[in-house]
Order: sequence, then C-alpha cells, then structure tokens
Amino acid sequence: MRLLLAIGLALVLAPAASAACPSAADLEDELICPTCKTTLDQSDAPVARRIKAYVARRADDCASKQQIKDELVAQFGPSVLAAPPREGFHWLAWILPLAGLLAAAGVVSVLVWRWSRSRSVEAAADSNGRPPLDPELERRLDRELARYDR
Amino acid sequence: MAGRLKLTAQVLALALVTGLFALLVWKLATQDEGAAPKLGRGETPPAPGFTLDRLDRPGKLSLASYRGRPVIINFWASWCIPCKEEAPLLESVWKQYRGRGLVVLGVDINDVRGEARRFARENRMSYPLVYDGPGETTTDYGLTGVPETFFVARSGRLVCDRLQAGVHLKENKERFEECVQEVLGA
Repeated sequence: MRLLLAIGLALVLAPAASAACPSAADLEDELICPTCKTTLDQSDAPVARRIKAYVARRADDCASKQQIKDELVAQFGPSVLAAPPREGFHWLAWILPLAGLLAAAGVVSVLVWRWSRSRSVEAAADSNGRPPLDPELERRLDRELARYDR
Repeated sequence: MAGRLKLTAQVLALALVTGLFALLVWKLATQDEGAAPKLGRGETPPAPGFTLDRLDRPGKLSLASYRGRPVIINFWASWCIPCKEEAPLLESVWKQYRGRGLVVLGVDINDVRGEARRFARENRMSYPLVYDGPGETTTDYGLTGVPETFFVARSGRLVCDRLQAGVHLKENKERFEECVQEVLGA
C-alpha cells in the first residue's frame, strides 16, 4: 500500500518538478551569442559553446529561466537576450512595431473606404459619366417636359 | 480637401524617408573606427580609457590608474586557444619588467566569468586581469578578435603596433619584443 502511494506521489510530483526546471534547449533560442550575434541554437562559436555549457549546468541545478537570464545579463549585458526585457525604455521595442501595424491598418482602411466610395459613385453615373439627378428634380423635369408635349 | 490630405501625406512620407536617410549618413560619418586602424596608419591615438571589474580579485580597475607607466594591454578569452599559448610569454615579460614599471593588463572579453577565472588559474596568470563580458572595449580599440595586444606609452598613447594573434608566434615574437622595449624606453 505504501509502495503504491509512493509511486503515485512520484508520478504526480515528477512532471511538476520537471516543469519547474528549464531545459537548456528552452533557453538557447532566447539568448544571443555575443560574437556572432545569432541565437545560441544557431551558433557553434566557441563562446556560444561556453554559454550553452553554462546554461546546461544551471538548468541541471534547477535554476529558473529568469535566474539564468539575469546571471548572463550580469556577465554579457542586455544584448545577450534575443528579445528586449519588458521594462523601461525597452518597452518601445515591443510597442513601436504594434503601433506601426495599427497605423498601417488604419491607412489601408481609409484608402479602401475611399476607393469603394468612388467606385459606387462611378457605378451610379450615367453613360456620359454624369452623376444621377435628384429624384425630386427628375419628377419636376418630367412634368415640365410633359407640358411641351401637349 | 482630399487633394490637400494626399499632399500632406506625401510630404510627411518624404520627410520621414529623408530623415531616416540623414540619420544613416550621420551614423556612418560619425562612427568611430576605433584605435587600431589609427595605429595602423602610423598615428599614436590616446589609449581608450576603461574601468572594469577585476577578474583576479574583488573591485574595479581603471586604465587611468596606470598613467605614467608603460602598459601592455592583452585582450583574451578563455575559449581562445592562442590566448592559452601566449599566456606564459606575457607572464614572463610581466615578471621580468615589472621592476621597471611595466604593467601587463589582461582584458577578458566575451567570456563566462567562471571559465575565465579557471583559465587564469590554470595558466598561472599573475598579472592584473579585468573582465569585459559584454565586450564594451572592443569597439573603442577596434578589435577584430582575440588575442590582440596593444602597447601604451607612459604618455597614455598607443604606440608601436597592434599585434593580432598570439604574441608567442614566430611572426609576432620579434615585433612583440621590440614593442616591449619601445614602451619601456618611451
């Protein structure tokens, strides 16, 4: 009974423990090699190999991803991170592309709206390209012309 | 109204492109090439200053603290094989001439701090060592890799030559010894 309980506990706790400890591969695409400026997973430079070994060692110690990143930033500076941290001035790097996309979407929307409006006006024009008459004016014109027909 | 809006948008777009182009030109024009190319043209530029964490003991070390003394600055990294091979020569020069005021200063760049300490211990490097993990000094000095060695005269100016690759190598050793004598005499 105790053995079953121990196995059950191990099965429940093991995935939780492994989830808390990052693997080196989790971090290798989030860190930049300081000499070749590509992510670690794409670099085989000597310094990249050293950093990979460091990350693997710290991951084995079950240090968190943030902790490992902080330690590397303390050694290599913020440029070792593939993505800028979400704080202070670095927020601009996150906000500006989004703002650019929204602005571009706005410009495209206005252009599409104006283009479709001009198309509908064109569609309503007669064969000579003139805009249609006001219905009231058209009725009045019909009445006036009918008087001459009599 | 629509025409004016279109014209304003066109002017703004043109201004943006012109501004970005001007920024690019300014950046290229004001980009510092570093000290090494100047040295290569026969100039003697001032040695770019730095204050970095010591690797061999706690605290910081500033290049300015050696003003008035001849300094050999050796840029190295623990992952660099020629750096390991040239370390004994640098150590022997440091021991031989430190009585005459010569300083050999090792600057460890783009490296894991723990690995660099182990490297220094294993290679018995007893001269002062500083740590520049982010490689901030590389631009100022115009480095192209490691190892590279510079010579600072008592005046604080870079002199003689910039030696790329190990100073122990056949093609560098003679020039290294000439430069050591030059900074000692300067």
